[in-house]
Amino acid sequence: MSRYVPKCKAEKADERKSKICETIEEAIERSGLKDGMTISFHHAFRGGDKVLNMVMNIIAGLGIKDLTVASSSLASVHDEILEHIKSGVVTQIYTSGLRSKLGEAISHGIMEKPVQVHSHGGRVHLLQSGELKIDVAFIGVPCIDEYGNATGSKGRSQCGSLGYAMSDVDYAKYVIALSETLEPYPNAPASISQDKVDSIVLVDAVGDPSKIGEGATRMTTNPKELLLARRTARVIENSGYFKNGYSLQTGTGGSSLATTIFLSEIMEKKNIKASFGLGGITGTFVYMLKRGQIDKLLDVQSFDEFAAKSLGENPNHIEISANEYANPSSKGTAISQLDVCVLSALEVDVNFNVNVITGSKGILRGASGGHCDTAAESKLSIIVAPLTRGRIPTIRSRVHTIITPGDTVDVLVTDQGIAVHPRNVELKKRLKKAGLTIVDIEDLHKRAIELCGQPQKIKHTDKVVAQIRYRDGSIIDEVYQLAE
Amino acid sequence: MKLRRSMLFVPGANTAMVCNAYVYKPDTVMFDLEDSVALAEKDSARLMVYHALKHFAYQDVETAVRVNPLDSPYGHLDIEAAVRGGVDIIRLPKTDTIDDILDMQSVIEKVERKIGTTKKTQLLAAIESALGVVNAVDIARCSSRLMGIALGAEDYVRDIRTQRTKEGTELAAARAQILLAARAAKIQAFDSVFSDVRDKEGFVSEVKKIKNLGFDGKSLVNPNQIYMLHDIYAPTQKEIDWAFEVIEAAEHAKKNGLGVISIDGRMVDAPIIARAERTIYLARTSGMIGEDDE
Amino acid sequence: MKIINSAHAGTLESSDIYIQINPFKEDKIELELESSVEELYGDAIKELIIKTLEDMNVSFVHVKAQDKGAMDLVIKARLQAAVLRACESDPVWEEL
Repeated sequence: MSRYVPKCKAEKADERKSKICETIEEAIERSGLKDGMTISFHHAFRGGDKVLNMVMNIIAGLGIKDLTVASSSLASVHDEILEHIKSGVVTQIYTSGLRSKLGEAISHGIMEKPVQVHSHGGRVHLLQSGELKIDVAFIGVPCIDEYGNATGSKGRSQCGSLGYAMSDVDYAKYVIALSETLEPYPNAPASISQDKVDSIVLVDAVGDPSKIGEGATRMTTNPKELLLARRTARVIENSGYFKNGYSLQTGTGGSSLATTIFLSEIMEKKNIKASFGLGGITGTFVYMLKRGQIDKLLDVQSFDEFAAKSLGENPNHIEISANEYANPSSKGTAISQLDVCVLSALEVDVNFNVNVITGSKGILRGASGGHCDTAAESKLSIIVAPLTRGRIPTIRSRVHTIITPGDTVDVLVTDQGIAVHPRNVELKKRLKKAGLTIVDIEDLHKRAIELCGQPQKIKHTDKVVAQIRYRDGSIIDEVYQLAE
Repeated sequence: MKLRRSMLFVPGANTAMVCNAYVYKPDTVMFDLEDSVALAEKDSARLMVYHALKHFAYQDVETAVRVNPLDSPYGHLDIEAAVRGGVDIIRLPKTDTIDDILDMQSVIEKVERKIGTTKKTQLLAAIESALGVVNAVDIARCSSRLMGIALGAEDYVRDIRTQRTKEGTELAAARAQILLAARAAKIQAFDSVFSDVRDKEGFVSEVKKIKNLGFDGKSLVNPNQIYMLHDIYAPTQKEIDWAFEVIEAAEHAKKNGLGVISIDGRMVDAPIIARAERTIYLARTSGMIGEDDE
Repeated sequence: MKIINSAHAGTLESSDIYIQINPFKEDKIELELESSVEELYGDAIKELIIKTLEDMNVSFVHVKAQDKGAMDLVIKARLQAAVLRACESDPVWEEL
């Protein structure tokens, strides 16, 4: 009879070292990646990402076809995917965002299968429910040790939080980490730990952290954005939620960032402190943390170098995964503890539905992000948008594409009036009492159309080019191919 | 008297500003056809301002147009465009003497008669020279159309051979004279622009100063200055509380047929009531007090 | 009003429109429009340009308009300025 013989120690040591591959090709070969499989990427580097294009070019070179690419989001830097769509390497996409030439080509129907547009929380739900099965996850990480302990808060290309990657690796069958800096073992504390990583490849660069914010984190001097920000700060101040221990998510973009700064001034004047700041974290939040205006930062994505640096240094600046952040099927999300969130919009309609994915011409040029997640779960969701952008009306009778359903929106702040969702009777009274001008959303719509004129209908075919997945996985809307 | 804390200059050739200025809710939008518009663009800017004045978005804000001098090739056309557009106020470019006002007035009257309007276009005189400052008292009372006089500091300092300083010492005499001339004539007084839009502290300190001097308001070059100015002109909570108390006492006295109104034993007379009403008006327009339930 | 010269008005900046006016041999309004908001407002802009020219009694004219999302008031002002320049005329206010 044969008995089980455990491996000798020496053999085990060899196995440990073997995580490091010389080339990406070698790692892909080890992963067993084949035609028809699903691969994933994360977007911590946003516009500065170098991993996706690098890996896709190698995969194309290996002759692998018919892949599903599930990236937590896609930026304009990823337009190169177009070539791989044309050559049949990529046949299906899951993403939160689509922009630039890629968004345009997809809007014109370049793909057979509709792109699945998910929210940040909804992506993890799709992973958990099993619809989205990642065969191989490629994660770019600023530094790693030879056994796979990786973090974004150190290294040359310090990008801060690896929140999206953290959730992807939980569900991926095989994980390939690409990094540029090898740290001695153990590289602790690790965002992604050794038990999740199969192979490691060292490359020249995984990303350019200076392109994460792409200017979105600079304080604006645009008078309209400042007006919107001041008004939004006053809405928050008088909403009833603005008291010691409240919590806040504001995001990036001109007026969001300015809102945070104005709010910080009001907090100082009224001696109010926040318990936590959430979401994409910017230098402004970090500044408030340092000054003791916010107790903790929960960071799923660091938007600038200040946030990335702080994450590594400040114990009250905490990295969270996309699952902890917003997955509706998780055992508990940070957004469910959130009081106030400030969100942007490309279009809002008279039922308060919000579009952040298709532009005025019906082209995919935005991102779902955490928009519908935070709107649904926070106590107060505020949408901030100018009434018109140039000649384009922001307020419509019906948004071109629904990302966030109007029933999860509480307030719309525009430069020409504030509208409160009719369900919020008390809130409306409070804001009026504070001297803010509250108008009917129908009147805002009317005014926008009076200013710009009634826009012509966008012509489209009946082919679906993208399906908008709500955070619970349901299809909340579809985007059609533009007519030529 | 109409509240005119903020008069926002809008360059007549700047499409984005012409199309958006009303959004910022200054007390007066002042379209400029003079210094900010290049010679080659005078005609085009004039037409844009004409159409803006007629646009529905500018019907619920007071409008003014700074026109080119009458002795330039543009002045008469500017006035025609402004008056036909339905402007509320015409701002004279440079006012040295009474004649400057009277000449302008007669041109305006001619246009008004021609188009048969009953609207009486008001005048705002810009004092930009030593001569203008010296004549300010006469200028201020020379026309019933004149709603105010304003200091134009840049040209004025050049004329008196000095330069602008942070402290504003060079403007002391002109500011005092213009303010007194306006008050004596019971019209409004406006301070000059503060052009460094990035210098918030400098702006705030200048506004505080001119408010204390008694100026009704100030010309502004950037929408971002409006809210800072309104904040400084806004009453304090204590002033608002006091104003409500006065109004309440006045109403109580009226209801009960009392001749004398008093709060805590102190007499309250008509000027005090007028001041209280003004405080509440200011607070309301600054968004400090809102509506109670509908 | 008679078009005497070629003339232009406006700029290619965002929210503006650049209008080029040329005399045209036929008794009609020949209009070429490029617009950043073509899909949404192309028809409305064309209509406005034609109407504005008709109000000014302009014909025998070739108009090239490059629109960067200008509001109607800007389109009218720029177009009228270009026409008046091309006609070497002061405004006839009743027609504007």
